[in-house]
Amino acid sequence: MPVDPPEGAALPAGKGARIDLSGMTKRYGGAVAVDDVTLTVEPGEFMTFLGPSGSGKTTTLNMIAGFTDITSGTLRIDDRPVGAVPAHKRDIGVVFQHYALFPHMTVAQNVAFPLRQRRVPRAERDRLVAAALETVQLPGHASRYPRELSGGQQQRVALARAIVFSPRVLLMDEPLGALDRKLREFLQLEIKRIHREVGSTFVFVTHDQEEALVLSDRIAVFNNARIEQVGTARDLYERPATLFVARFLGESTVLRGTATPDGSRSRLDLDGFAVRASGGVRSGPAALVVRPERLRLEADESDAGGGGNAIPVTVVEEIYLGAARKLEVLLPGGARGLVREQAGTSSDLRVGDRARLCWHPDDCVLLPDDPTTERILT
Amino acid sequence: MSARLGRAALWTAGVLVAAWLVAPTLVVIPLGFTDKVSLTFPPTGWSTRWYANFFGDPAWTAALANSLLVGVLVAVVATAIGTAAAFGLTRWTNGRGSAAASVLLLAPMIVPGIILAIGIYAVFLKLGLAGTLVGFVAAHTVLAMPFVVVSVTASLRTFDVRLETAAASLGAGRWATFRQVTLPLIMPGVVSGALFAFVTSFDEVVVSLFIQSPTLVTLPVQMYSSVTRETDPTLAAAATMILVLTTVLVGGGLTLAARRNRAR
Repeated sequence: MPVDPPEGAALPAGKGARIDLSGMTKRYGGAVAVDDVTLTVEPGEFMTFLGPSGSGKTTTLNMIAGFTDITSGTLRIDDRPVGAVPAHKRDIGVVFQHYALFPHMTVAQNVAFPLRQRRVPRAERDRLVAAALETVQLPGHASRYPRELSGGQQQRVALARAIVFSPRVLLMDEPLGALDRKLREFLQLEIKRIHREVGSTFVFVTHDQEEALVLSDRIAVFNNARIEQVGTARDLYERPATLFVARFLGESTVLRGTATPDGSRSRLDLDGFAVRASGGVRSGPAALVVRPERLRLEADESDAGGGGNAIPVTVVEEIYLGAARKLEVLLPGGARGLVREQAGTSSDLRVGDRARLCWHPDDCVLLPDDPTTERILT
Repeated sequence: MSARLGRAALWTAGVLVAAWLVAPTLVVIPLGFTDKVSLTFPPTGWSTRWYANFFGDPAWTAALANSLLVGVLVAVVATAIGTAAAFGLTRWTNGRGSAAASVLLLAPMIVPGIILAIGIYAVFLKLGLAGTLVGFVAAHTVLAMPFVVVSVTASLRTFDVRLETAAASLGAGRWATFRQVTLPLIMPGVVSGALFAFVTSFDEVVVSLFIQSPTLVTLPVQMYSSVTRETDPTLAAAATMILVLTTVLVGGGLTLAARRNRAR
């Protein structure tokens, strides 16, 4: 029987703390797991660490939590250095991918655990536990044992346990990784709501770019023990700073060639043709990145106009997606391009048709070429 | 046809081996209920007079009380030390050091009892511990602790260490984590270790023979002296009681551990 929490039982909304990482490095013997990471997470911000496995994002999270010693660099929470503070004195909530609920305790005892460590009086404890279970929308399960709950419910309990003591920082290490897609999407929205309600600073680790886009105020993209770029989802998608970020986040067409500055624009020479991009670039090997929805296919031979890029291509693949379709095209020289057309405004090109691939120089980014991304992403 | 014959042969062999293992133990039960003054098998008549004799004779009851006291103390001490040792062994990240320490801790299980007995006797004489309660508890703890280490280590191997990380993040220090998270979850191993420790002490005879004194005799020592002096069926009555007690304790401990493990 779900019991209504007493009047005004909501969890006290803690103000989020500011987290400063400065030159944080973790070495295991000769191997570098985290290399000189510097980053500030603003109070109350939802920050996501995104990257492939082994990129250092979880190690960085573990250093913030106090589970892993910092080899060098400093960690400050609200301007207080905490590198030497043991994990159990940091007052940071952590949610793990594997839930880590105590199997010998009921749901209520699990959620009360952090309060018992803090010697919160019984009545207050009960009130806060009820409020936390209410926040994660799991009232009425207080006397169950974790093994009697589904994976999604267990993760809600873990979440309640991590927020019940109103920590100013909440860390989440791939908390939805073990759940199926539907439940994951639902819980993403729940986590977003809880972030709004409790107001703490959230740091969320994932390798799932969609999850990062849905949840985050800002995203830090990790690769190879370093941060490649920090920014809003829009920054990362539209203005990626490195080829790795462009390829890890969303789909794109990548054209590799030799760049030369050309007034306010840059010119990229490819096999037998050249394209233009806005903005300057250093001369040398470069890669041009265009998002699929910025590309247009023109069936006729008319000029694209306005100094836009136009390359003759052949359609080689069509993928129907309902609201849109994706076309894969073959460029001269063997490179492949990916075009997304919204239903309703789509061309009637078919596989095998010849067309012209067009885009505006403002709609693409020219980046220094980085051959190492191939190894990681393919 | 031949499959049935094979199965019958297998059953026969199994029953024979089981009988061979258990029969010598079971023989003592009728021996204790005999109405004769000597150990005769099979008994020709039945009586419970030897049990009455056991509880009526201060030498036997004192020996039983001593054995129970020493056994309980050994169970407590060996469980405390053995659990701590098992914890250390499983958390020791240096594999070679951990392996060496584990061999050392388990050595009393392998080293012949008589060698240990001579060593302990020599040292105890010097320290004045021979024949004292402290001496008995110390000596038996050496023999009992390996059982605790083995049983608790097995529990810790299946324990999810990540729960301790979670407890730390929730504000629990090392000791609080051990008491509230780790210990309750490895309890089946600790309990069965304690039962084995008690039983090890309760039926230990070799070391006890060396360090006994007229004022402190344990039950197995009393039985041994009884069998060398007179072949009184009280001995068989005592043996039957030891048999029942140890079987109940060990069997109970094992089923308890099995049930707790299944429940999780």
